[in-house]
Amino acid sequence: MKILVCLGNVPDTTTKIKISDNKLDATGIQWIINPWDELALTRAMELKEDANNLVDGVSVVSVGLASAEPTIRKALAIGADEAFRIDCEPTDAFFTATQLSLVAKDFDIVLTGIESSDYNGISVGGMLAEIIGSASVSAVSSLNIDADKIIVSREIDGGKETVSTQLPVVLTVQKGIAKDPRIPAMRGIMMARQKPLKVIAATSTANLTEILKFEMPQAKGKCKMVDAENVAELVNLLRNEAKVI
Amino acid sequence: MNFEFTEEQLMIRDAARDYVQREAIKDVLERDEKSEFPAKHVKALGELGFLGMMADPKYGGGGMDTVSYVLAMEEISKVDASLGVIMSVNNSLVVWGLQKYGNDFQKDKYLPALCDGRQIGAFLLSEPEAGSDASHQHTTAEDKGDYYLINGTKNWITNANSASVYLVVAQTHPEKKHKGINAFIVDKNSPGISLGPHENKMGMRSSDTHSVMFTDVKVPKENRIGDDGFGFTFAMRVLEGGRIGIASQALGIAGGAMERAIAYSKERKSFGTEISNHQAIAFKLADMAVKIENARNLCLKAAWLKDQHKPFGIFSAMAKQYAADIAMEVTTEAVQIHGGYGYVKEYHVERLMREAKLTQIYEGTSEVQKIIISRDLLHD
Repeated sequence: MKILVCLGNVPDTTTKIKISDNKLDATGIQWIINPWDELALTRAMELKEDANNLVDGVSVVSVGLASAEPTIRKALAIGADEAFRIDCEPTDAFFTATQLSLVAKDFDIVLTGIESSDYNGISVGGMLAEIIGSASVSAVSSLNIDADKIIVSREIDGGKETVSTQLPVVLTVQKGIAKDPRIPAMRGIMMARQKPLKVIAATSTANLTEILKFEMPQAKGKCKMVDAENVAELVNLLRNEAKVI
Repeated sequence: MNFEFTEEQLMIRDAARDYVQREAIKDVLERDEKSEFPAKHVKALGELGFLGMMADPKYGGGGMDTVSYVLAMEEISKVDASLGVIMSVNNSLVVWGLQKYGNDFQKDKYLPALCDGRQIGAFLLSEPEAGSDASHQHTTAEDKGDYYLINGTKNWITNANSASVYLVVAQTHPEKKHKGINAFIVDKNSPGISLGPHENKMGMRSSDTHSVMFTDVKVPKENRIGDDGFGFTFAMRVLEGGRIGIASQALGIAGGAMERAIAYSKERKSFGTEISNHQAIAFKLADMAVKIENARNLCLKAAWLKDQHKPFGIFSAMAKQYAADIAMEVTTEAVQIHGGYGYVKEYHVERLMREAKLTQIYEGTSEVQKIIISRDLLHD
């Protein structure tokens, strides 16, 4: 059984986002593996380490330019066996899913994070399943292999749903799929450069969406402190200034 | 000149940061309060490869360079300087000393377990009357033909209780003075070794420090490191490299204090605004940043020289003296910025200040570093 984890290369979650020329200003940004994808990788490694699961290998794929390679190599340092980089800038969900399909069609289980922490599109996993014609389960929070099928559970309103599915399958995973992302060990860091990182030419496809503009959230207003004794003033402010009651 | 780090160096820095920010931070205050050894963190750091970072991979080491080591030590010590010193002693004194000067038998026997954290090591040089003055060893190692017999007391030994492997420096030929000194690998469980009480220290309280008494401890001949009389040179060479570790630890302590001071100054308000808007506070932060950047550059230069196999002893002395002294200054100012909150334990900066003080004292005081530096300047 072969597992593929799709990795997004996203700005560190503490980055102060700046927009210039209607694009993300990448100056000084530290790039990381999209946190949900990193959890997917952790679960993939756990599955591989249990010999009963008969996982032959864990591969990772990312759509991005050469600048994304440090992020990809971190996944190799964590323990992925091989990596693919599809050589183009990911521009929208359909475009990205189409590129990923070049690699994903050869795998039994394809994992993607439920969303990326930068654009939060929540679309790539579903589109990818459709393009490669595989089963698909979204918002998966646990994943186990049971012989030739897999058992996953998903959070639903007020409870949990357990689903069995045949392979191949694309799973979009969310928090809960693994406890913590793994920290690469020194040996893994040292080996990462010796593992294969294949660069694949992008396929020609068009975007389905176009970003018209970005807007920064409005700055928060100044906090007003009201004395605990002064309830009338509080009610007045909530009614007439904040207009929430 | 190239100030860029490699991808691997950055990955190691981030791995060290991720570990301590995620795990060691959780119990650092409690361990400081209770003087509790961070056994589970040491084990985890061993598994990640941080305890034998620079050792040859054929002995289970990480095969990384000294620059990576500086970056890792800095990140770990920002959160937990006790963990930093445990790591520094193991990496730069014990593992490096054995790899550089041990024979194949000694390396094969001891290095693998020391590199992956199954065992840790301790370096036994200081004595009640021989700290900075390391050439006057009162501990004796009498040559008895096929073994040595060690007698004496070692003081201030980091990892004394937790270590399995001791590197012990002792006098074999008193008439030859420092040229009669030897260094030995000694199993901590050897008959005749006993430990003094756990030292109740001002800082670095989570590292275990004891005096160690040797009474007729038999050490096989094969456990001597290098030729007869090599011990003093061994200790001095090892300490040259050790200074980079402690300098980086001091750098981390200072960096941890500055990060906390910046965060606090942006939250705390006085006179109607965040205190970071007061120039008195902002300038303190600027001073901290300059000192830390200077210390980092000194640490990295010493590390880089060591990696290039060039003489680095003067630079490691400069790095150690400067980083330790600015760690004391920066942590003191970080407490000042925190005001009353800085004086209580939950805000961490008073702990960092207590930890900083030791970096000016151990592995060669700041004054000893100045002796090393000035002798080099004045040497004809």
